[in-house]
Amino acid sequence: MSAIVEAEGLTRQFTVRDGARRRRVLAVDDLTTRISAGEAVGYIGANGAGKSTTIKMLTGILVPTSGTVTTCGLRPVKDRRRLAREVGVVFGQRSQLWWDLPVRESFRILAAIHTLSAAAERARTEELVERLELAGFLAVPVRQLSLGQRMRAEVAAALLHSPRLVILDEPTIGLDVLSKQRLREFLVAERRAHGTTLLLTTHDMGDVERLCDRVLLIDHGRLVYDGDLAGLSRTAGAERVLTVDLTAPSADLTGIPAARHLSSEANGLRQRLAFDAESTTAARVFAAVAERAEVVDFTVEEPDIEDVVRRIYAARR
Amino acid sequence: MADGIALRARLRPYAVVLASRARSQTSYRANFALDLVSSLLSGLVELAEVWVLFHAVTRLGGLDFGQILLVFGMADLAFSLANMLFGHCDRLPTYLRAGTLDIFYLRPQPLLLQLVTSDISLRRLSRAAVGLVALVAGLAAGDITWNVGTVALLVISLVSGIATFAAMFVWAGGLQFFLVEGEEMTNAFVYGGRYAATQPASVWSRPLKVVFGYFFPMAFTGFLPAVVLLDLPAPAWLPAWLGWCGPLAALWAWAMALLCWRWGVRHYRGGGG
Ligand SMILES: Nc1ncnc2c1ncn2[C@@H]1O[C@H](COP(=O)(O)OP(=O)(O)OP(=O)(O)O)[C@@H](O)[C@H]1O
Ligand SMILES: [Mg+2]
Repeated sequence: MSAIVEAEGLTRQFTVRDGARRRRVLAVDDLTTRISAGEAVGYIGANGAGKSTTIKMLTGILVPTSGTVTTCGLRPVKDRRRLAREVGVVFGQRSQLWWDLPVRESFRILAAIHTLSAAAERARTEELVERLELAGFLAVPVRQLSLGQRMRAEVAAALLHSPRLVILDEPTIGLDVLSKQRLREFLVAERRAHGTTLLLTTHDMGDVERLCDRVLLIDHGRLVYDGDLAGLSRTAGAERVLTVDLTAPSADLTGIPAARHLSSEANGLRQRLAFDAESTTAARVFAAVAERAEVVDFTVEEPDIEDVVRRIYAARR
Repeated sequence: MADGIALRARLRPYAVVLASRARSQTSYRANFALDLVSSLLSGLVELAEVWVLFHAVTRLGGLDFGQILLVFGMADLAFSLANMLFGHCDRLPTYLRAGTLDIFYLRPQPLLLQLVTSDISLRRLSRAAVGLVALVAGLAAGDITWNVGTVALLVISLVSGIATFAAMFVWAGGLQFFLVEGEEMTNAFVYGGRYAATQPASVWSRPLKVVFGYFFPMAFTGFLPAVVLLDLPAPAWLPAWLGWCGPLAALWAWAMALLCWRWGVRHYRGGGG
C-alpha cells in the first residue's frame, strides 16, 4: 500500500515567554509513523498532547523543528499549494465558510478556489448535499446555522475538491448524539465510496470506535501507542465487565477463576464481574457463573477507552 | 488568446471572493449608505484639518492653500484607494486569532494574494471622493502648464502612490506576525505616514524627511510630484527631479513590504487551537 503520510523523527518545539524567562515546549517529540492509503486513523491524546501541532506540520502550516514528513508524497511546506489539492482539513474550532454568505455561495467560491470544472462542481456538490443532508439550509447564511448544521457544511466544504486525505481536528466537538452519529455515518460512507484516507483527532472515544481501525496515542508529544483499539485496552490491562441477571436472589459470586466480583443489586439478582481479557474469556466466566446460579440475561461491556487512556498515561508518570 | 483564457482561470478564485465581499457589503442598501456617509465624514474631517491649519498660518512650507490642496488631494486619493484594497492587511492579528490564516494555508493559492483579495472596503469610495475633489480643486487653482508630460506625471504619481501606500499595509501585516501588539507600532507608521504625505514636505524636520521622504517614501505620493507640476522651489534634501521617481519609490516600498511579509511568514507559529 502506498503511504499517504510518512513522518520520520518529526519534532516541533515552541519557545514560550513565561514572564521574563523563556521556556521550551516540545509539542511534538520525535514522531515516526506511516499511514497507508485507505486507512482510518484516530489520533488521540490529552489536551496539549500535540495533536493539532502534528496536523499543522502534515499540512504545511507549521515548519518542523527537526525531522521530515511527506504527505501524499509531497513536502508539506515546500509543496503547500499542490498539497492543498490533495488534502481536506476540518478544524472543529475554526470555519472555512464565509459567515455572511449562504452555504451554497461558500461552496461556489470554494469550487472556484479549487478550480473545479462546472460539471465536477455540480456532481460533487449534489453528492455532498444529499449525503450530509444539507438541502434544508443551503440558502441560509452560515452565521444563522446551528452548530450541527455548520459542522456538516464545514465537512462538505473540506471535501468539495475530493481530497485523497481527509484530516479532522475534533470534528464532533459540541455536537449532540444524533449529529455525531450522522457525521460518523457520513464519514464511513465517504470512505467506502472513495477510498479516502482519514486522520482524526478527537476526545470522543465513540468517534474512534465507530470510525477508526487504528489508533495513535500521544502523550506530551511522544507516540506511546500505535495499533488497534482492542490492543490499546490490552496494553493498559483494562478489564471487561460481565453483568448477569439471575432468576433468584443469590449470594455474591466471589471466587470465580480470573474474575473479580464488582457489585450486587437487588439482593444479588443482578451482579457484575470484572475480568482481564488476557487471562480468561467471557465464555469461561459465564460458564462458571452458570454452574452456581440460573442466569436469565447477561451483557458484556468493553473497557471504557477513556479509562484505558487514563491508565496508560498514569503508568507512564 | 490561450494565455488570456489561462490568466482568467488563474484569477477567477480571487475575483469570485472579491465579488462576494462586494455583494455582501452592498446587499443591505441602508447599511451601505450609512457606511459611505461615515467614511465621507472622516474624509471631510481630514480635509477640514488642513484647512484649519492653513488658516492659522496662511502659507505652509511656501505653499498657498490651492497648492496644499493639490498635495493633499494626490496623497489622500492614493491612500484611500490603497486603503480600500489593502487596508485589511494591517489587521493581521484579527486573521491570526480567527484562524483564517491557517485556512489560507490549506488553499492552493499564495498566502499574500489570498489575504489581499479576502476583503475590500467599498465604503472607502466616498473617502476617496473627498481626495479626488481636493485634487481637482488643487489642479484647477494651480498654475499648471498642461502637456503630455504633466498629465503623464500626474497619472504615474497617482498609480505609484496607490502602490506605495498598499506596500505600507503589507509591510505592517508582515511585522504583525511576530510583534506582539504590533498593530499599534505599525499604525504609527501607516497612519503617521498618511498624515505626513498630505503635508508639504518642506515643513518636515530632517529626521522626518529621512523617514517619510526616503525610508517610507511618502513624499513621493503628493508633495514631490506637486513640486514639479507647480514648478515650485525644491526644499533641501529633496531635489525636484525626485518628483518623477514615484515608481522607484513604489518599487522600494514593495521590496521592503515583501521582505517583511516573507520574514513574518517564516515566523508563523500556527493560529492556536
Ligand atoms: N503557537 C504556539 N506557541 C506556543 N506554544 C504552542 C503553540 N501551539 C501549541 N503550543 C503548545 O504545544 C503543545 C501542544 O499543543 P497542541 O495544540 O498541538 O495540542 P492538542 O493535542 O491539539 O491539544 P487539544 O486537545 O487541547 O486541542 C501545548 O503545550 C501547547 O501549549
Ligand atoms: Mg488541538
